[in-house]
Amino acid sequence: MTLTRERAIDMYRTAWTIRLFEERMAEVYLEGKRPAFDIGSGPVPGEMHLSAGQEPVAVGVCAHLRADDTVVGTHRAHHFAIAKGVDLRRMAAEIFGKVTGLGRGKGGHMHLFDPATRFSCSGIVGASLPPACGAALAAKKRGTDSVAVAFFGEGAANQGSFHESLNLAGLWKLPVVFVCEDNAWAISVPKGKSTAVADNSVRAAGYGMPGVRIADNDLLAVYEAAGAAVERARRGEGPSFLEVETYRFFGHFQGDPEVYRPPDEVARLKARDPLPRFAEQLLRQGLVTPQDLDAARGEAARAVEDAIAFARESPYPDPADALLHVFA
Amino acid sequence: MSTERHLTMARAIAEAIAQEMDRDDRVFVMGEDVGVYGGIFGATQGLLDRFGPDRVMDTPISETAFIGAALGAAAEGLRPIAELMFVDFFGVCMDQIYNHLAKNTYMSGGALRLPVVLTTAIGGGYSDAAQHSQCLYALFAHVPGLKVVVPSTAYDAKGLMITAIRDDNPVMYFFHKGLMGLGWMKYPETAVTPVPEEPYTIPLGQADVKRPGDDVTIVAVALMVHRALEAAARLEDEGIHAEVVDLRTLVPLDRTAVLASVRKTGRLLVVDEDYRSFGLTGEIAALVAEEAPEVLRAPVKRLAVPDVPIPYSRPLEAAVIPSAAAIAAAARALVA
Repeated sequence: MTLTRERAIDMYRTAWTIRLFEERMAEVYLEGKRPAFDIGSGPVPGEMHLSAGQEPVAVGVCAHLRADDTVVGTHRAHHFAIAKGVDLRRMAAEIFGKVTGLGRGKGGHMHLFDPATRFSCSGIVGASLPPACGAALAAKKRGTDSVAVAFFGEGAANQGSFHESLNLAGLWKLPVVFVCEDNAWAISVPKGKSTAVADNSVRAAGYGMPGVRIADNDLLAVYEAAGAAVERARRGEGPSFLEVETYRFFGHFQGDPEVYRPPDEVARLKARDPLPRFAEQLLRQGLVTPQDLDAARGEAARAVEDAIAFARESPYPDPADALLHVFA
Repeated sequence: MSTERHLTMARAIAEAIAQEMDRDDRVFVMGEDVGVYGGIFGATQGLLDRFGPDRVMDTPISETAFIGAALGAAAEGLRPIAELMFVDFFGVCMDQIYNHLAKNTYMSGGALRLPVVLTTAIGGGYSDAAQHSQCLYALFAHVPGLKVVVPSTAYDAKGLMITAIRDDNPVMYFFHKGLMGLGWMKYPETAVTPVPEEPYTIPLGQADVKRPGDDVTIVAVALMVHRALEAAARLEDEGIHAEVVDLRTLVPLDRTAVLASVRKTGRLLVVDEDYRSFGLTGEIAALVAEEAPEVLRAPVKRLAVPDVPIPYSRPLEAAVIPSAAAIAAAARALVA
């Protein structure tokens, strides 16, 4: 799909919305947790898994998706949600545990559900793949050209559900795209210590589908490869597999001392920040002007501040709400 | 022989494992982030440095494979300790646990011994939501063939871990995250206790009266023991003497201790952080109903999570996990 100026600006704005949201969340998360860090304190308690640095995976793939396409994500899913078009205010409110949140405060940051954009995520590694196959199965049964995308990490590629899902999709030619976000770390375990092969895309052939690996967190390269995969699925030719080498700028969770990570690694990754690189590519191609990009960044910043303000100002749910919605 | 050092529960567990690994080189550890990280909740801290990667093995995120491998290695005479990071993740490996680890000894007519310790983190109260806050020990206690241990203090944790490792049967060892003494999660001071430096054992199936009393029996495990103790202190000021019975083990269950306490007080409150229905509280109530219904001066009272997934938002979570205040109110109502 040709990259138009409009789409390029949209993608850039989305990438910056993600980056700014994650950076703000990193600050907000620490509120109420100082001087001694206590995970249960503050306006955003519990675990927090931030996706700064991983924008290319979300933006490059979701640029090809429509509202009727399904995305199923991971425990670190803010970027997927934003790129899929989830309402940022309702997402922020959910993370703050407010009744105006996507799940009325019941799900929290790892369990964001938005039927309107067919977005969902959960905290169990490998759990995203089977439901994505299910959404694809539904599209196939209905005869539409909707597709589903399952996002998961390189750690999940060693979980049983990964293997079952790929085989099922390959066997039934489901219109699903499997996107493996390889940020090199499964908490403290590097890929070389968890996976029998260096490149998960070689596993795709074992399940009857094409697989590609995109190196170096290149947003435009993700965009190209994802476009081909989505088109393939829409044409009824079945599933595809993408593995994207990306960078996790923050720790596994906020508060992670990262003792396992080489001390200069994050600095090296930040020197390869995918967002300025994306900007340079767009400018070089003459697709956008610097003013376009500045305006987009400004819009992103305003959207983030607006969403967080909305979340802060929203009320908490009534404790009696806890007993509701076990069943529909 | 010193009993003056205080350890956190996490340190006590790691020390127990280290001492057994020293004593018996068939013992080894497998799990996610058990090596360099020392376990997400500190249960294996210091072990990698001491014993090396051949005995402290970081695994891929492949629970069915490595927990199944633990039972296979145990059948071959090794003594693995496998860590399931959060009990909530059991879904991805339950077949190996409940159909094989639990049943092979029985199905082989006693021919097989499977000395596996499966450690796992339980508990909520810090806003980790529905998939990371559960207790679920009742599910495992329900399947015959698994021993189930749930310590509430550092002292109990070390003794029970050593016993678990030496047991030739599969033992599920549940440690509550809010009791581990982590630097990043609040915990009750009562979880930190003096821990003898030398190895010692606490038998499985032996409950511990953490606080004696004559007026009402409160049965609990893990974090709820500490909340019950808090409640008991408040009740004491009102002239109500509550007895807090820490089960410590669910399988085998110390029925004698529970019955002895209820025979003394005539009033039973069972407090559980797990879901209310079809679990621990019902089991204890049934025990008394079957064995000593005549001693009850009031109906059994159960306090547990009211059959809802653990909600994320703080006011919702606080409303569903029994608090010290709720425990005191329930006990007060029983005595009134």
